[in-house]
Amino acid sequence: MQYMLLIYDNQAGSRSAAELSKLHDEYLAFTQGIIKNGNFKGGDALEPSTTATTVKVRDGKTLMTDGPFAETKEQIVGYYIVEARDLDEAAAIASRIPTARTGGIEVRPVRKM
Amino acid sequence: MERVAIEQVYRTDYGRIVARLIYLLGDFELAEEAAAEAFKAALEQWGRDGIPANPRAWIIATARHQAIDRLRRRVSFDARRDELLHFVENRMADSEPEADGAVRDERLRLIFTCCHPALALEAQVALSLRTLCGLSTDEIARAFLIPATTMAQRLVRAQRKIRAARIPYEVPSSDHLAERLEAVLTVIYLVFNEGYAATAGDPLVRKDLCAEAIRLGRIVLELMPGDAETAGLLALMLLHDARRETRLDAAGEVVLLEDQDRERWDRVQIAEGLRLVEMALRGGPAGPYAVQAAIAATHARARRAADTDWREIAALYDYLLTQQPSPVIALNRAVAVAMAFGPEPGLALIATIEAQGELSNYYLLPAARADLLRRMARWREAADAYRAALALVKGNPERRFLERRLAEAEALRDS
Repeated sequence: MQYMLLIYDNQAGSRSAAELSKLHDEYLAFTQGIIKNGNFKGGDALEPSTTATTVKVRDGKTLMTDGPFAETKEQIVGYYIVEARDLDEAAAIASRIPTARTGGIEVRPVRKM
Repeated sequence: MERVAIEQVYRTDYGRIVARLIYLLGDFELAEEAAAEAFKAALEQWGRDGIPANPRAWIIATARHQAIDRLRRRVSFDARRDELLHFVENRMADSEPEADGAVRDERLRLIFTCCHPALALEAQVALSLRTLCGLSTDEIARAFLIPATTMAQRLVRAQRKIRAARIPYEVPSSDHLAERLEAVLTVIYLVFNEGYAATAGDPLVRKDLCAEAIRLGRIVLELMPGDAETAGLLALMLLHDARRETRLDAAGEVVLLEDQDRERWDRVQIAEGLRLVEMALRGGPAGPYAVQAAIAATHARARRAADTDWREIAALYDYLLTQQPSPVIALNRAVAVAMAFGPEPGLALIATIEAQGELSNYYLLPAARADLLRRMARWREAADAYRAALALVKGNPERRFLERRLAEAEALRDS
């Protein structure tokens, strides 16, 4: 069964170059790990929410606004789609995502259309 | 006649039946629906054909057939339907009924699934009471003072989440077992507390919550024999529940521990509780449930209130505080210290807790202070403290008790 892992983090507070580099390496190692295990189905980092645009259509009119859909402190910074046997396995994978230590990972079952 | 038999099966075996069905059908909601239909069918057919030799097996077999029929009739937009049908039909071959090991495994699976951390705590509680204890949705709703429709929704949502997110129906692996077991014990403890602390609602139904919690505790201990904290929790519940007949008097008024008629404590339950405390304290550092049980045991061992070993209790609270540094436990410890060493050190400890500000809405803090001041005949201060407690108290028996104490303090202050 497939799950989407939505990676949330507080983007305020900058990381140093060294911290960023270390985070990048951790993500690389993590991703390679789940590819090797056969769990990886997709995933990428996202540009920060300051680059986001929200599109809505109301009464036939398209509305475009600057910024993310919800102005919350924590924003989506990336995602994975993984194949896992059950929630426990998906949650175990999520717990190994580096950002799980500072932010949170939402584990959502994918409904196949 | 058959109604009695059916109720008997329902009362004692509902949990096991549902566990078996979940195993066979792989789906909580389906298992529940199938069980309900099977019980209905039993009502119709047993009156006509007589009670079967093995009522439980009859119910399970009937439920399984109902489920397969139901699945076949489902319009198949759902790819999972075929998967489920395939699964269930394969499991037909596994018709080996209840070798003890298999039943034990199924019930363990059921308990751990009901108490899975991915479910909201209130959902874990509701699901456990429903599937493990066989309480009806109505009964659970009344016990928690919630509308029946809300409780029904809570259960349905939980069952749907189990299915949609694929929460596995299995016993956790050994590296997660300890923390998952802790979650199970938390649920049981919550249920017991709800029944024990009941200050509103139908007292009969709420007293039953204590019985159900104890029953759950027994099941878990049976399934995980020798687990210290499980034994500790069961001991704790048994020892507290042993006092149930003496906590309120005939008029429904509060009777303090020191005033309770110890002859009317349930001595059989106490004996069992004391044995379990010993089990819980054997081998290795004691966990929080074991320590709380040891405290309850110290009270239970005293034939009269005056014989209570308060120093032992104070020492146990000292230890408990290192494991669970909560202000409520600190307060209980302060009271024990006062009983063991005199009201002055107790008052000092209470003042410290008060200064930290965490219990500002907890009526037992000013009530405890009031009681110590009362013992020291400092009536004016005691009256002030009782008034502070009355501003915070919720339950009616407790309120009336504080009012009586306030009246007494005011009378003596002016005398």
